[in-house]
Amino acid sequence: MRDVSVSYDGVPAVTGVDLDLPDGQVLAVLGPSGSGKSTLLRAIAGLEPAHGSIAWDGVSLEGVPTHKRGFALMFQDGQLFGHLTVAANVAYPLKLRRVAGAERRRRVEELLALVGLEGYGRRLPLTLSGGERQRVALARALAVEPKLLLLDEPLSALDTGLRERLAGDLRRILTAAGTTALLVTHDQEEAFAVADRLAVMRGGRLVQEGPVADVWRAPADPRTALFLGYARVLTGDAAAAVCTAAGLETSGPVTLAVRRSAFVLADDGPLSGVVVSARATPDQLRLVVDVDGVGEVDAVASTGAHPGPGEHVRLRAEQTRLSLLP
Amino acid sequence: MERRHLPLSARVDGFGARSPSLSRRLAALIALAAVPVAVLAIFFVLPLVGMVGRGFRPEGHWDVGGVLDVLKRPRVHRVLWFTVWSSTVATAITLLLGLPAAYVLHRLALPLRRLVRAALLVPFVLPTVVVGVAFRQLLTGPLSWLPIDGTPIAIIAGLVFFNVAVVIRAVGAAWESLDARPAEAAAALGAGPWTVFRTVTLPALRPAIVGAASVVFLFCATSFGVVLTLGGLRYASVETEIYLLTTDLLDLQGAAALSLLQLAVVVALLAIGARLRPAREATVQRAPARPRRPRLSDAPQLAVTAVLLVFVAAPLAALLVGSLRVDGHWSLANYRALTSTGSQQALVEPATTALDLSLRIAVDATLLALLLGLLVALSVTRRTHSRAERRARGLLDAFFMLPLGVSAVTLGFGFLITLDRPPVDLRDSPWLVPIAQALVALPLIVRTLVPALGGIDDRQRQAAASLGAGPLRRMLVVDVPVLWRPLLASAGFAFAVSLGEFGATSFLARDENATLPVVIFRLIDHPGPMNYGMALAASCVLAATTAIVMLVVERLRVPSLGVL
Repeated sequence: MRDVSVSYDGVPAVTGVDLDLPDGQVLAVLGPSGSGKSTLLRAIAGLEPAHGSIAWDGVSLEGVPTHKRGFALMFQDGQLFGHLTVAANVAYPLKLRRVAGAERRRRVEELLALVGLEGYGRRLPLTLSGGERQRVALARALAVEPKLLLLDEPLSALDTGLRERLAGDLRRILTAAGTTALLVTHDQEEAFAVADRLAVMRGGRLVQEGPVADVWRAPADPRTALFLGYARVLTGDAAAAVCTAAGLETSGPVTLAVRRSAFVLADDGPLSGVVVSARATPDQLRLVVDVDGVGEVDAVASTGAHPGPGEHVRLRAEQTRLSLLP
Repeated sequence: MERRHLPLSARVDGFGARSPSLSRRLAALIALAAVPVAVLAIFFVLPLVGMVGRGFRPEGHWDVGGVLDVLKRPRVHRVLWFTVWSSTVATAITLLLGLPAAYVLHRLALPLRRLVRAALLVPFVLPTVVVGVAFRQLLTGPLSWLPIDGTPIAIIAGLVFFNVAVVIRAVGAAWESLDARPAEAAAALGAGPWTVFRTVTLPALRPAIVGAASVVFLFCATSFGVVLTLGGLRYASVETEIYLLTTDLLDLQGAAALSLLQLAVVVALLAIGARLRPAREATVQRAPARPRRPRLSDAPQLAVTAVLLVFVAAPLAALLVGSLRVDGHWSLANYRALTSTGSQQALVEPATTALDLSLRIAVDATLLALLLGLLVALSVTRRTHSRAERRARGLLDAFFMLPLGVSAVTLGFGFLITLDRPPVDLRDSPWLVPIAQALVALPLIVRTLVPALGGIDDRQRQAAASLGAGPLRRMLVVDVPVLWRPLLASAGFAFAVSLGEFGATSFLARDENATLPVVIFRLIDHPGPMNYGMALAASCVLAATTAIVMLVVERLRVPSLGVL
């Protein structure tokens, strides 16, 4: 994708996006709502007129209508055809490709097994739960054997527990099928769980792109850092003090993104401060500490510790939980 | 025993707590529905029963066999067969022309799209007599080389002209609100535009299409003015046959038999239509597609729409041109003549007086229909809690649709023979015509208001109530803002329909207080070029008035308007 832009009635939704997607990998486009990520997806699918060039294997897709692109699009709410059974929904793209009856039935069963819905063929979409519907939608999209699978917030409509489980399933199914996929989501957990590569969008522009771990470890700027789940961004003396405490070499003024777990309660820690508030979670104790020379930061402690507000504590800074921003 | 006893008492308690509120709800429903039900009972059921009763008891004693014998007459068979096949063909052609036009006018971003949509609704509210006159003018004038004047083809063309707006309205509204995403999903799975239409769009539109088709068939099968003016006595439909049997042959038995048969068919068709009417789920989120610019692939649909526009415009243009020609010259003489009573004393009062009277009657009829329609709509859309209540509402809804399909001739004649003596003596009442017209317009109003009211999520009212708003305040905050447009629009629609109502009015209006459609019919009936010219001019005035009303109404942008 080179310099892709989309606008609605003159209002730009996506501006100058360059993006590459290697074969067989899953790319997640992550961005807050209204960042233009869904528009980008629809442009790739050919549902929105876009400026710039979108090419597949070096061949431009300009003027190629949606149904001839060989991509499959899976919607946020599945968009199963309500008047067709589950099996007929999955068979829909196979029928379009004139797959013979017996072969078609075999493929449908195979796909339903892949998404863990054996024996659901005769049911109507209305009788399925949200998660089951999304699985059927996934099976239907995979039936296309798409060159590229486009997923529009595939798990957002589901509740938390189901979302986590399905994210794992999705990753397994996509890698098992060796499918190249582009996933659009506003949920970083979903992106981390499913994708190989990550692209962050904001205000219609691409902010950062790279392997998931790299992006996660080194966000491009403070706002990206906060969006990726970093708790705070420190600057100036505060950042320098934390770097020193964590043993990071720095030169000149730095900007530092810190995760919630970057500061850990430790009796021999180099930083000292006063507890502002404390809140217990099942896994750990979450503190807000006013650290001398740094200011308020988030910190964690094991559930065994019970420091209350006003108490003096010492903290250790975890190098792996910090990120120096350019 | 203890265990069984406990839930039993709990249930009794629960029932005891619920039952006063249930009976209060039923009482409210009855109070709301009482007035319209009473009006419909007196002015619709009573005349109908009176009319049919005359047929069954010709000399004061029952003669059911005689009525059944009517159905064995060969002429009745011919009439039935003609009605069925002409209506079927007309319905099919209406669909073939209407579907592409619905697509073009509701899904493509074309200039003047709203204007064209409003213009296409004009034939539907035109008096059928005017439609007949316009077609005669076209077929005997510019198209006289086509040998179709006085043939079934002319009748079918008239029926299509009259009904195409129904299909465009009903299917277009469904098409416009259709969720675009299933079609996109299909396209993303590799389906081409035609396959998407066949496998996704068409199944989604099927209820609207079948519903529109059943209504169109109904209108075709009960059409009176079009068949009468274009078919003469050579081609008779059930409706004109009822007219002929009652007025010319005084064969009330035959008329009653045909009326009953017609009523049965109408009820069956309305039931089909009601079953297939798309249920609007207020809480379901949809992403309707925005109209897009036409592409080359839309050429066939655009071509069909263009043909349709020419087809609708041609008779009206012929009408206008005819009204402006006197003795081969352009002249406004026909319009000036409207202040006269025509040649050979065709009229008792000048045509302008008739226009004035028509407007007054239409205002009365509109107010009446609006009041009744609002009461009906309110009573059938309130949230239902029990199955019995829901069933009662469903029956009410169907009951008020009946005037839509019942022969206006039967209704008009029934008025004459039942409302002329106590308990209801309205023989000389100026309210007779407005009431009849209000009944004809009532279903249109109900069908416009019900979707708007039903589309209001009841939780909005609950939210308002939880914030401390009383019933009146709730209505002011939630219902009124949603309802005022449909109310105004349906008022305009009802006004246009009453202005053009001919079937029932032709029976009820007297010579000295004839409405404009009746005057037009009288003018055609009396020979003479001046009378014919006046009929054309009066038709143009009527057409222009209804067109202006429909244009104003279209500006209100009410999607359910004209969707039956």
